[in-house]
Amino acid sequence: MSQIGSFALMLALGLSAYCFVAGFLALFSRSAASARLGETARRAGIATFAAVLLAGIVLVLAAFNDDFSIAYIFHHSNRDLPAAYKFAVLWSGQEGSLLFWSLLLAGYGFVLRLRYKTDQRLFAYASVIIASVQVFFLLILNFAAHPFAIMEGGLPPDGTGLNPLLQYPEMVIHPPMLYLGYVGFTVPFAFALGALIMKYPGEKWIHITRRWTMVTWCFLTIGVFLGAHWAYAVLGWGGYWGWDPVENASLMPWLTGTAFLHSVMMQEKRGMLKVWNMSLIFATFLLSMLGTFLTRSGVISSVHAFAQSSIGTWFLVFIGLTLAVCTFFLVANRDHLKSEHKLESLASRESSFLFNNLLLLVVCFTILWGTFFPILSEFVQGHKVTVGPPFFNRVAIPVALLLLLLTAVGPLLAWRKTSIGSLKRNFLFPAIGSVAVGGMMILFGVRPWEDPSYFYATMAAILSALVVFTVISEFLRGGRVIAGKSGQNLFAAMIQLYHRNTRRYGGYIVHFGVALVIIGILGTPFNKDVEKEMGFGDKINIGPYTLVCQSYTQDDNPNYGNEWAIINVFRDGKQITTMYPERRFYKASGQPQTLPRIYPSFREDLFLVTDVYLVYEGKNETTGRPIIKAHLNPLVPWIWIGLIVMVFGTITALVPNAVPVRVTAATPAREPAQVGAGD
Amino acid sequence: MKMSNLRMSCHPERSKGPAFRRDVRHSPRRWLEAAVLALAVVVFMGAGDDSARFKDLGHRMMCACGCGQILLECNHVGCTYSDKMRNELLAALDKGNSNNDDLILQGFVQEYGPTVIAAPTAAGFDRVAWIMPFLVLALGIAFAVHIVRSWKNRPEPALADGIVIPNGSELEEFRRKARKETGL
Repeated sequence: MSQIGSFALMLALGLSAYCFVAGFLALFSRSAASARLGETARRAGIATFAAVLLAGIVLVLAAFNDDFSIAYIFHHSNRDLPAAYKFAVLWSGQEGSLLFWSLLLAGYGFVLRLRYKTDQRLFAYASVIIASVQVFFLLILNFAAHPFAIMEGGLPPDGTGLNPLLQYPEMVIHPPMLYLGYVGFTVPFAFALGALIMKYPGEKWIHITRRWTMVTWCFLTIGVFLGAHWAYAVLGWGGYWGWDPVENASLMPWLTGTAFLHSVMMQEKRGMLKVWNMSLIFATFLLSMLGTFLTRSGVISSVHAFAQSSIGTWFLVFIGLTLAVCTFFLVANRDHLKSEHKLESLASRESSFLFNNLLLLVVCFTILWGTFFPILSEFVQGHKVTVGPPFFNRVAIPVALLLLLLTAVGPLLAWRKTSIGSLKRNFLFPAIGSVAVGGMMILFGVRPWEDPSYFYATMAAILSALVVFTVISEFLRGGRVIAGKSGQNLFAAMIQLYHRNTRRYGGYIVHFGVALVIIGILGTPFNKDVEKEMGFGDKINIGPYTLVCQSYTQDDNPNYGNEWAIINVFRDGKQITTMYPERRFYKASGQPQTLPRIYPSFREDLFLVTDVYLVYEGKNETTGRPIIKAHLNPLVPWIWIGLIVMVFGTITALVPNAVPVRVTAATPAREPAQVGAGD
Repeated sequence: MKMSNLRMSCHPERSKGPAFRRDVRHSPRRWLEAAVLALAVVVFMGAGDDSARFKDLGHRMMCACGCGQILLECNHVGCTYSDKMRNELLAALDKGNSNNDDLILQGFVQEYGPTVIAAPTAAGFDRVAWIMPFLVLALGIAFAVHIVRSWKNRPEPALADGIVIPNGSELEEFRRKARKETGL
């Protein structure tokens, strides 16, 4: 089986190399045969997908067949591993995940090459660029991190098993989502670089890649949040984001990708920020690569990182080469990227996008800086320092709050120019509402002056409320205008409003989701936790809850043995649920694992929902009594609800408009229209 | 002592009329006093009991086992460091003479190395870590403002090749031709 996989990988390398070379020659050759050569390159690109897919299938089949002659299967699977995790073996280790990366890239390339008739020349450029990235990954797979390497010595009877931390349902979908995001940014990158090299006239390449970019961004968003949820539900420390280098690596391309999604609208509408947009998409792709490098090179220590290996050098060379090529074409073809319009006012959508981009990039830089500062420190001072959560929280949060302010204000600004009068008119209701929210927080006992974390929480609440009220007021205002003209009820009018400009109102829904996420995060300073040895009938009092230990029980299956604590949860003297925090012992790897249990109190507190989060930490070695740690994490469920809203918003933004949107750039400067001032 | 003095100086003024309040509201001395009071509140705010200090210091250190978690949040199964370090921190706080948080942290640095501190310090090269993001923010804002200004001052885009807007005598010539062709 390993021979089939190895052959498929070698074939894929040959095909992608042909796709790159033949495609390149066809683009720059003036001979009559160049069109035919280009077509063979396109078909080789399509065939690459088939070959990489075959390699992927072989690896999964090897996991299902317990083929421990393949070293990768031996190290990441075992006979009693459940089927879903055997499938997930494909992305559970270094070599497999690189194969998965390559497979997704080949898949994206496959779709792109099938749709080549949209614009044959631009697609041919994009195809060649994607093929170059594909060649890089297949080179690594064939020569540096071979997933089908054979075990040395005799055939082992069983594998060492999958890392217990990865044996959780979310780990079956989190990496694919994240990788779909990382890899997906290769497509807009390829189109952007292709458009720059060929000096593609107009902004059509942006229209072509808009959906690719949004879908990719959506996948990356889901991937990042699923990773956070996995950390919350599995690692058992009661938090969801620890500013770990690998977490940071996923956030950086998300930030630049978000900046790109906003600023690209300026290029579409006004023909501005062309160099900036090119730079942003290049940066997003390079940061995706940097993230992959970080997790695999061993330069940064992280609990999430794969084993240290030599492939870091490959990535450094590739990143360096890509940076050089991008910079060269940006400089050489800068005349092609001249802005077509000028900015007319500071109070305009354009300037809000500019500052939104600035803040997103500052947050991104802060994360990049903090992630790499330990290396810099070692180089300068001779010793490493830790750059952990206190640094990121102190530096990134104030900038993020400014960003939240812009998220609220930006949609109220019209393209080109906004009068102070209209800004006041649009801003009044959201501003009053958000100040009222701040007042209510103080009324309910939050004292922002007592602790910086309370101050940030209050500010975040006010600004999130501002975003929510802004979105609501935008829908209401537009809906009222339509309802007034058509006689529809307000809700139907708002639906029609959305259908008139799905991208704009879908974007607002995404903003609404972001505000919900922030609301979920701002509960952090109010977290509580209690740790206690609990025998039968022992109690923990935490917040309004009383936790009573009813009993402990055990179970066993071929994969692991486990122990549950049975904890009854009471509130106001009434039992509301029973929770079963768990501790497992995996047989193949010999590793223990705690699995927290979480109860979100939606039935008791709809808006101020709190997670009761229980961890069975183990037994006290001296007394032999079990230790339970209880956390009370207010508002956290809003983070996951916010994610669902963000994804829903992105999907709605992808729906085509029912009525074409007028291009606002063609209209003379005036008071912003009440409805549909543009995206 | 200082705080009580400030409080005493505040009270008599409260009993006076609105006119007096209007005067003192703009008094620089009053602003200075208010600032000192606010500063004192902030300074003394953190000086709580030992449990608050334990929580604060425990969140300023990493667990030395390499799990990458904050000391008080490390919960990984079988950790041989976190309990020991927490006990050491409690012991350091119990010592009556350990009122200086930096001294306690320094003790941990000597025992576990500089990576035990969860964030760069505000001394030496470590300061660069804190300064750089804000410097980049300041430079970014300055750059954005520069761009906005240059955009605002930029002339309207040039007309397509061959199109020249006539003026003066040229315009008069066009006008003459137009009159002739339209018979006016």
